[in-house]
Amino acid sequence: MGKTGHNQTATIDRDSFLEEVYSVPGGESIRWCIQCGTCSGSCPNVTRMDFSPRKTIALIRTGKRHDVLNSNSMWVCASCYLCTVRCPKDVKITELMHALERLSVAHGVTSSRVSTPAMYRAFVDSIKSNGRTHELGMMMKYYLSAIFTGKMNPFATIKMLPVALKLFTHGRMSIKPTKIKGAEQIKTIVERAKALGGVQ
Amino acid sequence: MKYYSYFPGCSSSEGTAVAYGISTRAISSALGMELIELEDWNCCGSTPYSSTDELQSVSIATRDLALAEKTGLDLVTPCSACYTVLNRANSQLQQYPDLKDKVNEVLAGVGLEYKGGVKVRHLFEVIYNDVGLEFIESKVTNPLRGLRIAPYYGCQLVRPEPGFDNPHNPQSLDHLITSLGAELVPFPLKDRCCGGSLVISEMDLALGLIQKLLESAASNGAQCIITVCPLCQTNLDAYQVLVNGKFRTRYNLPVLFFTQLIGLALGIEPKALALDKGVVSAEKILAPFTKVAETAM
Repeated sequence: MGKTGHNQTATIDRDSFLEEVYSVPGGESIRWCIQCGTCSGSCPNVTRMDFSPRKTIALIRTGKRHDVLNSNSMWVCASCYLCTVRCPKDVKITELMHALERLSVAHGVTSSRVSTPAMYRAFVDSIKSNGRTHELGMMMKYYLSAIFTGKMNPFATIKMLPVALKLFTHGRMSIKPTKIKGAEQIKTIVERAKALGGVQ
Repeated sequence: MKYYSYFPGCSSSEGTAVAYGISTRAISSALGMELIELEDWNCCGSTPYSSTDELQSVSIATRDLALAEKTGLDLVTPCSACYTVLNRANSQLQQYPDLKDKVNEVLAGVGLEYKGGVKVRHLFEVIYNDVGLEFIESKVTNPLRGLRIAPYYGCQLVRPEPGFDNPHNPQSLDHLITSLGAELVPFPLKDRCCGGSLVISEMDLALGLIQKLLESAASNGAQCIITVCPLCQTNLDAYQVLVNGKFRTRYNLPVLFFTQLIGLALGIEPKALALDKGVVSAEKILAPFTKVAETAM
């Protein structure tokens, strides 16, 4: 009985994660994956990933929700779309990676080892407040949060100084953010999208 | 004169790629293009927003599309990321009718509606297809003879949407280089990734990708690289000093926007092309052509 119960739970878990991935835009296309590995062979960042794109899909199919959503794989995807255009079965792998990033955050299981989510948050916050991205503000916010959460050694940011200084002296870093006239509209859009409960 | 709705994107309007915005303005009338900036446009959201929340990110991008729809013109952007993200919004709305209903419900709160009729185009594609290389060639007064250029397409001009150029081996930028009288350098990694915004959060990974690109261009004899993307330009140009430090290399490759080189070949005053904005100076390699342009003034 115990054994059967365990199996049932495993089946439900597997199905629910798979169904969840199928239900988000981009996720449904993994149905067609034949595990050929063309995506993994094409990925410029695969050596840095916990699981290659092919293996990520295999793990989704076996219901390994936590392993997949807690991995660093999707967070080192640079959205180059090489996997997507090479896939012989038209699986939208880059879209899948973005979907996994959203699910990982939504389930609160994002690995503490990855730095990209904090950078994305700083970027999105900049848009939410001004309607535009303010590069300098976004980068400072990200570096400060990375230092405070212990992901980055304060001295490591010194490496960035020559880059920032050069951009500044060449007139490529604006100090003040630009706020669009419709900044309030952006806030309204975000609030209404939240109220509608997202895409699901 | 052809009219377009113009979406500069955050970095080309006043940020790290301000030279791209300036040089685009400088060449547009000579190419018979009237670029009318989209009124009160917002950031497209880029990859960070699509990786955070689907409904919010598509709604934010669709605000721009809805504003553009009122103009009745094609929406043109010089930024490859904006191009991909705005096109993605278009295709998601088309592919998922439920999503489109929700997005329009969200936008109704700010008095907007999007029917789905805006064509989003990359500035380079517009120049290549609408203006045409034959026209550009006929206007060249200052051919860039002997200048060895590596054409860098990056990712998001040619992928994911097929159609404009071959996503595996693009050729259009190669043809532009020869039509400006310059010398095309073989560049096998021309459509490979520079790391994009991961240069901020995964710097080591991005520096490795940038090093491969610089090596591919330099070892084939390039004197400079031209790009069609603000992020590619910043990564290859401003981070070159960090690549040299990390890999003990001595790359000194200026990275220019294709708009700057078109302007130079068309005899437009160098000052109007913001050529001095590059961190790696292009002054020396462009000297034979900037002098000609100045005396012609």
